[in-house]
Amino acid sequence: MLTKEQIAQRIAKELKDGFYVNLGIGIPTLVANYVPKDMDVTLQSENGLLGMGLFPTEDDIDADLINAGKQTVTTLPGSVFFDSATSFAMIRSGRVDLTVLGAMEVNEKGDIANWKIPGKMVKGMGGAMDLVASAQNIIVAMQHTNRAGASKLLKELSLPVTGLGCVKKVVTNLCVMDITERGFELRELAPGVRIDDVKAATEGKLIVEGDIQDIRF
Amino acid sequence: MNKVVQSAEEAIAGISDGMTLMLGGFGLCGIPENSIYALVKSGVKKLTCISNNAGVDDFGIGLLLQGKQVKKMISSYVGENVEFERQLLNGELEVELLPQGTLAERCRAAGAGIPAFFTPAGYGTEVAEGKEVREFNGKKYIMEEAFKSDYAIVKAWKGDTDGNLIFKATARNFNPMMAMAGKTTIAEVEELLKPGELDPNFIHTPGIFVNRIFQGSNYEKRIEQRTISK
Repeated sequence: MLTKEQIAQRIAKELKDGFYVNLGIGIPTLVANYVPKDMDVTLQSENGLLGMGLFPTEDDIDADLINAGKQTVTTLPGSVFFDSATSFAMIRSGRVDLTVLGAMEVNEKGDIANWKIPGKMVKGMGGAMDLVASAQNIIVAMQHTNRAGASKLLKELSLPVTGLGCVKKVVTNLCVMDITERGFELRELAPGVRIDDVKAATEGKLIVEGDIQDIRF
Repeated sequence: MNKVVQSAEEAIAGISDGMTLMLGGFGLCGIPENSIYALVKSGVKKLTCISNNAGVDDFGIGLLLQGKQVKKMISSYVGENVEFERQLLNGELEVELLPQGTLAERCRAAGAGIPAFFTPAGYGTEVAEGKEVREFNGKKYIMEEAFKSDYAIVKAWKGDTDGNLIFKATARNFNPMMAMAGKTTIAEVEELLKPGELDPNFIHTPGIFVNRIFQGSNYEKRIEQRTISK
């Protein structure tokens, strides 16, 4: 099984030189730690920053400089600030090459639910609906099952939908899967995980064909 | 025409019960702190507030919630606020949640003289309920309308007495669009300068959009997630 850090590390292998990338809160944020040193990847934070740097030192903290998770951050040479309309213009017009976000549920059609649990306090969707409606390349980073042990990879969503038919790839603690018109296609297995483990933890249509690789970092 | 007012109290004159306000800021970053304090002191009630977030319990819009001055919030994310949750669950407060980009564009449209636009965000979700759906080039979009508001209240870093504004870093966020969108726009700035002291090349919001401006004071700039490099 993969740790959260290893899920992030595996997703980082999907990065390409020159990519503009939006990372959601949680595991997706960790992807930034595994960008190869020789690769030029620019992080977009949807509150209005392109070229997000590291967290600041105590001396460099600036209350006016935060990321979309409201954490204090820094800029890099070439960074740029912009307003919220411009930020979502970048997102809706497809300029962001890769979006990585967490999910509560994903179904075999690539629909995603990640903003609301009926009966619980709703916090809101933030930028998630804009991102999933427009991004060409969305990877979901999440645990394969929820805390109660139930599958999060479903035939139909049980929670309110965030976006339809948008997720192309899922990386979980158990495996890497592509979502195609056929369903969840198993591509890679985490160390120590068997195909039967993935079958047992996947409620939606799972396709196991061809050469299933071990996840390598 | 004199746009300069001497205090936050003077700036918010005319804001009355039941009005719709736009308030700039993302989280607690770039919020009009002085004007919010003045609204709290004024006791104005039944406000509809268009703002990306609702502050925290004891700061920002959270202060207006504490005073039960807000009837409705229109936001994209309202976590981090216990009093908000209590009022919502008790039915004392209405909330309309919108995708962040839709919220921004509805402000921008209002300021740009565009009554409505189509966006893919929210198609197929409960956000789309009751909204017109159109297909363009094989993809579905929902129609969203420009916001209507009585006052927009924004916070800038520097401004001049003509109302020209420059924002700092990510404190810019929703402020420029809201500045364009208010029937009356109030700007509070950290530093108020004379015309000519701002380089025209670097002004973000042209003064034509700003009706009242004042120099704020005692900015707290509270940080929600103080995160340090290890």
